[in-house]
This record gives sequence, structure tokens and C-alpha cells, in this order.
Amino acid sequence: MTATDRPPVPEDLEHVDNDQHPVGHGRMLRKEDPRFIRGMGHYVDDIQLPGMLHLAILRSPVAHARIVSVDTTAAQAHPKVKAVITGADLAEKGLAWMPTLSNDVQAVLATDKVRFQGQEVAFVVAEDRYAARDALELIDVDYDILPPVVDVRRALAPDAPVIRDDLEGKADNHCFDWETGDRAATDAVFEKADVVVTEDIVYPRVHPAPMETCGCVADYERVSGKLTLWTTSQAPHAHRTVYALVSGLPEHKIRVISPDIGGGFGNKVPIYPGYVCAIVASLVIGKPVKWMEDRTENLVSTGFARDYVMRGEIAATRDGKILAVRTHVLADHGAFNGTAAPIKYPAGFFGVFTGSYDLEAAYCSMTAVYTNKAPGGVAYACSFRITEAVYLIERLVDCLAYDLQVDPVDLRRRNLIRPEQFPYTTRTGWVYDSGEYERALDLALDLAGYDDLRREQEEKRARGELMGIGVAFFTEAVGAGPRKDMDILGLGMNDGSELRIHPTGKAVLRVSCMSQGQGHETTFAQIVAEELGIPPADIEVVNGDTDQTPFGLGTYGSRSTPVSGAAAALVSRKVRDKAQIIASGMLEVSVADLEWTKGAFAVKGDPTRSVTIQDIAMRAHGAGDLPDGLEGALEAQICYNPSNLTYPFGAYVCVVDVDPGTAEVKVRRFVAVDDCGTRINPMIIEGQVHGGLADGVGMALMEMISFDEDGNCIAGSLMDYLIPTALEVPHWETGHTVTPSPHHPIGAKGIGESATVGSPPAVVNAVVDALKPFGIRHADMPLTPSRVWDAMQGRPTPPI
Amino acid sequence: MQVPAPFDYERASTVEEAIGLLERLGSEARLVAGGHSLIPMMKLRLVNLEYVIDINDLHDELGYVRVGTDEVRIGAMTRHRELLESPELGALFPIFADAEKVIADPVVRNRGTIGGSLCQADPSEDLTAVCTTLDASCVIRGSGGERVVSMADFHRGPYETAVEHGEILTEIRIPVRPNGSSAYAKVERRAGDWAVTSAGAAVWMDGGAITDARVGLAAVGPNTTGIPTISEALRGQAPSDELFARAGALAAESCSPVTDNRGTADYKRHLADELTRRTLRLAVERIEAGIAGDQRGGS
Ligand SMILES: Cc1cc2nc3c(=O)[nH]c(=O)nc-3n(C[C@H](O)[C@H](O)[C@H](O)COP(=O)(O)OP(=O)(O)OC[C@H]3O[C@@H](n4cnc5c(N)ncnc54)[C@H](O)[C@@H]3O)c2cc1C
Repeated sequence: MTATDRPPVPEDLEHVDNDQHPVGHGRMLRKEDPRFIRGMGHYVDDIQLPGMLHLAILRSPVAHARIVSVDTTAAQAHPKVKAVITGADLAEKGLAWMPTLSNDVQAVLATDKVRFQGQEVAFVVAEDRYAARDALELIDVDYDILPPVVDVRRALAPDAPVIRDDLEGKADNHCFDWETGDRAATDAVFEKADVVVTEDIVYPRVHPAPMETCGCVADYERVSGKLTLWTTSQAPHAHRTVYALVSGLPEHKIRVISPDIGGGFGNKVPIYPGYVCAIVASLVIGKPVKWMEDRTENLVSTGFARDYVMRGEIAATRDGKILAVRTHVLADHGAFNGTAAPIKYPAGFFGVFTGSYDLEAAYCSMTAVYTNKAPGGVAYACSFRITEAVYLIERLVDCLAYDLQVDPVDLRRRNLIRPEQFPYTTRTGWVYDSGEYERALDLALDLAGYDDLRREQEEKRARGELMGIGVAFFTEAVGAGPRKDMDILGLGMNDGSELRIHPTGKAVLRVSCMSQGQGHETTFAQIVAEELGIPPADIEVVNGDTDQTPFGLGTYGSRSTPVSGAAAALVSRKVRDKAQIIASGMLEVSVADLEWTKGAFAVKGDPTRSVTIQDIAMRAHGAGDLPDGLEGALEAQICYNPSNLTYPFGAYVCVVDVDPGTAEVKVRRFVAVDDCGTRINPMIIEGQVHGGLADGVGMALMEMISFDEDGNCIAGSLMDYLIPTALEVPHWETGHTVTPSPHHPIGAKGIGESATVGSPPAVVNAVVDALKPFGIRHADMPLTPSRVWDAMQGRPTPPI
Repeated sequence: MQVPAPFDYERASTVEEAIGLLERLGSEARLVAGGHSLIPMMKLRLVNLEYVIDINDLHDELGYVRVGTDEVRIGAMTRHRELLESPELGALFPIFADAEKVIADPVVRNRGTIGGSLCQADPSEDLTAVCTTLDASCVIRGSGGERVVSMADFHRGPYETAVEHGEILTEIRIPVRPNGSSAYAKVERRAGDWAVTSAGAAVWMDGGAITDARVGLAAVGPNTTGIPTISEALRGQAPSDELFARAGALAAESCSPVTDNRGTADYKRHLADELTRRTLRLAVERIEAGIAGDQRGGS
């Protein structure tokens, strides 16, 4: 099938003109952009309060050491210093340790030992941020250096130093074991398979590196007993509840406000020691306290991502039917298990490692360990580890194609789940809601001109030039999640939404999710607009303030549109139901005799008799009687519990050129076809895809948080931790298909992380394909020139 | 936000005043030109100073590219961007534009200076390699007067130069010789990154033979001094791929790279070879095409 004879896609609103603001779904400029473009965004560091003090954190210079003594005398004597607090001080208040989002504990300030370079040891509160920083130099800490555990493969060695001796009875660095799938059935399939390919695949530690680092302003008012926390949080409500549970402050006396956020990517899901320190400081001193970490602190101490050392195996018949996948993963969780994932999923959603293929069996076992590195384990646009899962399966499929000497596209096509198999239950128990995979693959190949590219490659190879074509197909699992399965620290992953229509027909929608640049103020207004016929410009979207919005779990894992978006649609429908009753009174007909056309109710068969939603809003608030039993006002509230995750998917094609002399990789083209179900605002979707693709190129080619053998983090600046610029990325060629989600009220599936999930394997597959003349089947990320050159010399070394 | 330790700030409006301030304020005072090396180090508290002497007002006095008959003089305060955009420099020494296009990014290039670059003496710094390739000399002024040193004497090692305390680099002088051209190549992990390795080459020819050639490398060891063995191997020879390969092999032999985040020592050594060959070839092509380099007096 080609692009032209494909059946028309439903709800395709690509044609909507950018300037004619659609009343509903369609292409439309973002409502929030005028303020960002004019430099009028309002971030945490823009908050200035009278009498505000500044907090700076002293961090460990070493990866592993016992704290012998901390002398704060000189720092206390600094004329501008108000307080110097150590771990011992916090321990007296029972606040030296805090829970992580994975039921582990993490030191707020180290008391006994430091367990990673950059760990929080003490803090200073001073009149300005300069004095606070200067006073850090005056604190004298005596460390008794211990050998660090840096190499994840050595973490469980019998002689490895024990990092977590704070945990009762802990005698090794084991963090957790986890498995999924049917081991016996998988082993049986591998036994009888014609072909088995095994590859060691490392997904290195990377960092979200948001433009805005993490920070907060804590303001505790002694008289009212109220704590207000302006903070860089992707999940304000969840944070408030955790603060209440940990600090003992009553929850209604805590207000968490996330103002504009300069990028999150998962980095702003966890609760960091710095937030707790600022709260403690404000409670103790009774003044507002600001803490903003600097770039180095962000890179060396906050939530990283990935860090999986995977052995992947794939079994197939000789003619290319994939039978089973088996993998063992060694997971580096750093010094504290700070993974932010639904609690029953310690490996996030890595269980979708069967990818987009119809298999007979699958099995994964995982061992997670502690090392002397920063805590975390999730974050960075990965939909809870789907990035790792998709990378593994898409690399394995390419390795299999290499061994079978078949075209990787043909191999994928042969094994993709077919449309009639949906809903499809994978061998690890995930129920994919809908998909037409081959249609997306065809479109991507078509846009790329795949056959021509292969011809060009052949010609170039004959001339000694290195050109590579990489294909990846992915299925995402987003929209966590159904409360029967998913919670974070006991909080169900449901989202509330409140919609109020003002008398003049303007509206305010309050949502629990939290934009970090995704364009929620526009997308959510469009969802309501589509349901009620009120122009998006007339709909204010409020998010990020726990005193103003209903409870919900926040924005990460691409969950906003699948969960909060559904809530916004359903709350609009609830308002519409009430509007219909009011309209029946206004038009003096029964409810059943009314017909809804976007924005108005009309009498069936007599369109001249109609009332608009604005008329109805005025009537709801106006004088005169309403139909019997109806209260005034036009507003509603709901809490949405999704019945399943949604499963966006896509097909990506990447073309690279590798300089044979210098081994530099140039990404020449990138074609991305995404299917995220119903497309609310295609422009915003494209923006999300563009950003994710750049992320993916970065991870594939240059990003890595690395450590030396002493555990020093050697990626503590943006000169060391490289993120791609406009010069490293090509012009993105995007396309789409639309396969709505059957269970989502508007059929939308979420798009935030699709491109980050799908692009790294496409880029790596392309580079490895370019290196085919060298007999290379696999090379690990990041594919820097040096690492590509190593591969060309026949020694592709793992990065860790 | 990264904040430096407390320091005092002075501003000099003439070279004499700068020298006077350096002498008066002592060894805890440092000049700041573009600030793109010094200020990041201060913010990271790798360098803590008592005084910073701002010499940006000297741009009028020391910001220039002057072409003479046998020499080009570049003022120490000339900014990267001015070097990149100078048509005279581009015509005489294409190596400058080659290099400047890949030094840092436009924001840094708008402020960073050639003087600051040379005085910073970072082993990965590109303009030192360029100046070495072109056999430049440096003019250093102190209260006792002025002296001129060769690049080999100027660049003493990583972060160490012949500029003593109380002195200021005022000018870089580059000899202009007939019928030559030059080129620069750099491998970086990403635009704006420091070099994994870079190489510069300058070639002079007479008829079909190379009369002289120089190669300078960056990021492959503590020193970026020229490699005399290459010059010897090329002099009097007709250019050919074999000849360039020999030069490349010499470059790889003469450098001493270390493995770091940017790449392995082996890879950098390979690049020293590869980029030496590429830049020599390009410099010769430029001479043959007559499109760049100084053609005065040439055939
Ligand atoms: C993000 C980034 C990327 C970069 N990438 C590259 C790159 O790829 N290649 C490269 O070569 N460089 C790179 N640089 C460095 C850049 O070129 C700097 O501008 C340059 O190294 C220093 O020049 P400056 O004028 O900023 O010096 P400053 O930072 O002002 O000074 C540097 C040192 O030189 C001294 N000094 C300055 N002028 C004089 C003078 N006239 N006499 C005596 N001493 C003096 C100062 O006291 C100081 O010790 C990069 C810098 C940044 C920030």
C-alpha cells in the first residue's frame, strides 16, 4: 500500500489554518507562547519575597566516605549567615532521612556516610546567594575515604564494599530482583529455535538536563501555620501529600505551587533533599527561603535515567519468524533507589520489551544494585523505562537481520502484530489497545524513499563511502494508570478535573497535571472547545497550584492527555449534560428533543430554535427559574480512572553518513511517522516529536553521565555532558497515521515521549548499518567519533 | 547559578594603565579580556582572585588586523568574530576562517579574543595551533618595555606562557611569505565543543615543489609546538598522497595524547595523522587553485 491509496484517516485536522483558531481540535498557535517569547514567563527563580533568604548546599567531593566530623564554626561566624545545618542537626528532628518514591530511603543530609559524589552534607542559609555560597567554603568536613563501587558489574562481588549499611542487616549491594514473562516456556522455545542471537547491549546513564535546574522557595508563615512552596515540580499534588506525610504538617496547611517550568523530562518528578532543606530552613527561621541548584548540582545529583546493562537474546526460525525474546538486565540504581514509577513496577514498564511483535514467549529477569552514584533510575522522557525496552528489542531485531542476512524492514514486517489481533495481549501481560502497525511502517518507508536509499547505499559502499539506514518500530505504553494496578506511594494514578463556565460563557478549566512546556494551556483548552464549542481563547487553563486545582498525579510518562485529557473531555460532557437540561427549559421542549451541534442546542427538526452554550451559561447564572431540581451555575468536577494504558506507536527511519577517516557521524535525514490516536493540535504534536527526536539523537551520539574509577562524576557541566544543538540534527520529516484508542473518551493516546523512545534505536541501527562493511553487528551508545572509530577497528567497547 | 568568590574589579583604559594596575595589585590580580575562559573558571571556583582587571576598553587600541608587506599584525584584543570576518586574513591565511568557524559558538566568538586564547594556553585551544602553524610571534609588553617571542617560546606548556606577571600580550605577528596557503581541520563531538583533535597546515610552493610546510596540532598533548620533522620531510618534495601520508604518520608519532571523555589516545593519534593529511592536501589544493593564500611574488 502506498501513501495515496490508504484509507482516509479519521479526525484528520491537518488542514485547519493556523490563524483561524479552531473551535476544537486542530492546528493552532500556543496560547502560552506570547509570554515565553517576550521573556515574561514566571519561573521559581523569579519569585522574590520580602525578607527572603538564600540556601546553598555543601556537597560531598567524594563518592564514598565515612563522615568523621563536620565543623561549621567558621561558617556560622560569617556576618551574613543565618543558619548552618548539618545531618546531625536534622537527625535530632528525625528529618535526616526521607522516603524515596520507590519505598527506599534517601539521606536529606548525610549523617553517617556519603554515598555518591555530590551528595548533600550540610546547608547554609544566608542573606544573599553569594554569601550562602561563600560560607560553604568555611565548613570543614573530615572524611574517611572508603573504596567506592563504580563498576555496576562488580557491585555484587563478595568483596565489594557495602554501600547501604544504613539498612538493617544489609550485607551486600543488592537492591531488588524482578522478573516477568514465562521462563520455562521461553527456554523451551529457545531450545527448539533454528537461530538464536545474543547481544550485550548497554543503555548508558543519561540525564534529562532541563534548561531550568531544580529549586524552590519555601515560605512558612508562623501565624497561619501555612507553608507555601513554589517549586519545580511535575507533580505538585503528589509532592504535597508526601510533604504532609513526612513533615507532619497538616495537608490543608501546605500549598504547593509550580509556576512556569523550564523543562522537566522526569527530572522534576522526585522530591530532592534541597526542597526538604528549604522547607526545614523556613520552618526553623520563619522566613521565606530560596534554593536554586546550579548546573553542576543538577547534573551530578538529581534524577538520572537508564543505566541498564542488558544481555538480550532473540530466537527465530531460519526464515525469519521471531519466536521469543529473553533478557537479563543489570540495573544501576545509584546510592538510593529513587526510581519514580508506579510502585508495583520497580522496573517501570520495561515489561513491554517484546516490542511491536507477535511472539510465542518472552522472559526477563533483572537484578538491581546499589552503586556509589547519584540516585534515580527513571526520568528523561522514557515512559517508565520503555526507552530501554524499545532500544533492546529494536537492536535485537537488527542483530537478527544481520545474522539472517535479510533486510531489517522485511524482518519487522513479517513479525509485526497485525491489526486484527488488537486488543493484543503480549507474552508479558500488557494489553495493547489498538494499532495498525504496517500502515505506519509503509508511510515511513514511503516518505523516506527506502528502496532508493538502499540503492544509493549500495553505490556508495562500492566507492568506500559509509552510509547507513536505520529503521525502528516502537510501541509506547502511556497514561498511567488504572488504579487497580498503579499507584505511587499509595496514591492512585487518577486525575481530577474541574470546569466552570462563567455567566458570559467564558470558562476556566482546572487540571491536576502540570505543564513543563508541553502546551497544556492550549491543548486542554482545545479539548474543552471541541466538546462545548467555546473558542479556546475563551478558556483559561489553570494548573500547578494545589490550592486551585483538583487532586491528580501530575505530568510524566506522557500521561497528561491520556489521563487528564480524558478528564477534561468528560468534565466538559458533564457540563454539556447540564446545559442540555437548561436548554430544554429555555426552548420549552424535552431534553430528548434537543440536538447538539458544536456550541449550541437546537430543537430537532427546527434549527431556527436554538440556544448557544453562552446563552445557556447566562441563564444558568441569571434570574428566572431553572428546570425542576436543577441548581444554578454551570460547572462540574470529575476524577478519571483510565481502564487501560494507551499504546501510541510509530515507525522511524534514520539516514546517516559516517566519515571513513574521522568516524564522525552525520545524521542526514530522519523520518518519523507517529500514531498517537486522535490528534488534538498537530502543531504541538510535531513540536513534541521534534524535541524528542533531538533528545534521541543526543543519547545515541553524545550524551552520557560518566564516572572515573574513583566515582567522580565527569559530566558535571554542559561542556562535558553534551546535548545536541541545531547543527547536529537534520530537518525533521514527520508523518502520521491515526488509530484512535478505543477506551479513551476522545481516542487520544499521548505523544510526549514517543520520539525519545523510538529515535535512539533508529540512529544506532543506522550507524551500525553504515559500519556493516567492518563486520559490526552492534556498538553501544553514545556513538561519539572515538567510539565509532573503535568499532571500525573491530573493538566496539561498552561505554561502562 | 554558579557564583564566583568575592573579588574586586578594576578597569584599564590604556595598556600602560593595565600594566600599572598589574604591578600595583600584585599576583592576585588577573586581566580579563573576553572572559570566556577566566569567568567560567572563577564561577566554578577553580580560580579565586582578589582583583580582575578588565581590559575590554583596550579594544580600540588592541583590536585590529593590519596587513603589511611582509607581516600581518593582529592586536591581542581582536575578537574571534573579527578574525572570522576579516577579508584580509581570509585571503592571506584561510586557516583562520577554517578554525574560527569551529571555535566555540557565536556567543563566545563575539567576546573571546586572540590574546585571551593564546594566554589561556589550554592544550586544546585552537588559535595556538593556528599561530604555531603560521610561525607567528608574540609581542609582550611590561613596564620595562617590549619583547617579541616565537610561538615555541611563548607557549611553555599547558596553561603556561612567557607572559610574566606585570606583562600583557599586545600583538601577534605573522610573517607573510609568497605563494603559500593554509588550512585547518577539527574533529569535535558536537558543535561548540573543544577539539578531540585538530590540525593546521601551512604550505609554500615553488612550481611543482613544496618549498616549506608547517603543521600544528591541538588537543594531543601538553604542547602544540610545530613538528619540525614534518617540515623537513616535505621540503623540496612534490605533493602527493604518499607524501601527505608520511607527514600524517610523523604527526601521529610526534604527539602524546591521553584518553579522556573526548576519545581514546589511539583515536586521537589516528586523527593527528588523518587531519594532518587532510589539511596539507587542502592547503596545496588552495595554492593550485590560486583562490586563497598570498600569491604576491608567486609564479
Ligand atoms: C563554551 C565555550 C566553548 C569554547 N570552545 C573553544 C574551542 O572550541 N576552541 C578554542 O580554541 N577555544 C574555545 N573556547 C575558549 C574561547 O575561545 C575563549 O574565548 C578563549 O580561550 C579565551 O579568550 P578570552 O578573551 O575570553 O580570555 P579571558 O577568559 O578573558 O582570559 C583568559 C586568560 O588569558 C589572560 N589574558 C587575556 N588577555 C590577555 C592579554 N592581552 N595579555 C595577557 N594575558 C591575557 C587572562 O588573564 C586569563 O588568564 C571556548 C569557550 C567557551 C566558553
